Amino acid sequence: MLAKRIIPCLDVDQTRVVKGRKFMDVKDVADPVELAKRYSEQGADELVFYDITASVQNRSIFYGTLRSVADAIDIPFMIGGGIKTVEDFRIALLSGADKVSINSGAVQNPQVISEAKTRFGSQCIVLSIDAKRNGKSWDVYIKAGQENTGLDAIEWAMRGADLGAGELCINSIDMDGVKEGYDLELIATLCERLSIPVIASGGAGKMEHFAQAFRVGADAALAASVFHYDEIKIQELKAYLKDQGFEIR
Amino acid sequence: MIGIIDYGVGNLRNVEQAIARAGYQAFISSDISALAKAGALILPGVGAFGDAVAKLNGSGARPLLDKWAASGKPVLGICVGMQMLYEKSYEFGEHEGLGYLKGSITPFGQGSLKVPHIGWNQLVVIGDCPILKGVEDKSYAYFVHSFYAKADSPDVAAYTEYGVKAAACVNKGSLYGVQFHPEKSSKTGAKILSNFLELSL
Repeated sequence: MLAKRIIPCLDVDQTRVVKGRKFMDVKDVADPVELAKRYSEQGADELVFYDITASVQNRSIFYGTLRSVADAIDIPFMIGGGIKTVEDFRIALLSGADKVSINSGAVQNPQVISEAKTRFGSQCIVLSIDAKRNGKSWDVYIKAGQENTGLDAIEWAMRGADLGAGELCINSIDMDGVKEGYDLELIATLCERLSIPVIASGGAGKMEHFAQAFRVGADAALAASVFHYDEIKIQELKAYLKDQGFEIR
Repeated sequence: MIGIIDYGVGNLRNVEQAIARAGYQAFISSDISALAKAGALILPGVGAFGDAVAKLNGSGARPLLDKWAASGKPVLGICVGMQMLYEKSYEFGEHEGLGYLKGSITPFGQGSLKVPHIGWNQLVVIGDCPILKGVEDKSYAYFVHSFYAKADSPDVAAYTEYGVKAAACVNKGSLYGVQFHPEKSSKTGAKILSNFLELSL
């Protein structure tokens, strides 16, 4: 059976891993290669690297860092941050990424999803959405959570899947860094409507939160600070989830 | 030396690095005469089948693979590289493969299962295959694909369950193929890759 995945997320600023709270107040944490190796050895199923600076001049440094990560680990990883064009996909894949996450770039030019699909296949395209609750629905935000597009998150996710995204990563801005659990209603709604895998992101603080996300249908759960600061150990989390009856590697 | 066939698709470095971690030397090349001298060949593959097979045919590597398939020298196809060993694929149209293995590549059904099949799934070992030596039944490997080969052929040494039984490891003579990514499958993948690399000696 297909296992539920645990995905530590590393926000990288050129050569260092950082973690913010509600996208602000960024603090320096660790060396990406060191952290990636540690997570891989602890049983992480996959890793995500977000280039949080995403300025053009610093991006080549970021990709150099990721090349070292790719050489050091033997589990899959995803790159995100500042991806706009098919050429960006190509460069990310060449630096060793298995998947590329596109966020603002896809909102600005949705066709890039279908172009990347034709060229590299759906399996490497992750549509990443930063969503914020607005009454009974969720709005799509871009530019690291700074700009409300007015798009409905559920509708945009469905359109992205139609265009060729192979996975959806849903990040709740409301829950990000707060550690009170994932936005379960958002995840459940997406899992009902989509036929591609859904990665839950934003809000994990306790082991129970991962179980909650899987229970409402998430295929994978992503978290950052609880792993960086050793508040949750991946082995213990996986043992707990196995006890809860989930299929875990 | 292990030759990794560079025919213009995707990143081959991860495979090269995984081979290096296993203690073997590999080279990435599109030079057919250099590849012909390798002890074993790896046929990688990412992306769409049609595109990959067109590029492979255009690369000049096809006659070399035909020769190796007939002469019994070890070849390992990975992911779409495994799929290309088959006769044809129905991924976005209908495309001829290399035809070394009987059968075709078809999409996962439109059932309740999510497609692509992404993540860690178990290998159900059903055949006696040299590259699965020492690999426990139900070990997890990392899969990323939307199309698959059926597991009902004698060439299938291991399958994985995802609504259907999908071929995970195939073997016919000196030809091997894995649908999962051994270079991304942690210790299980490293073991399978090492087993294949041993065949090059």
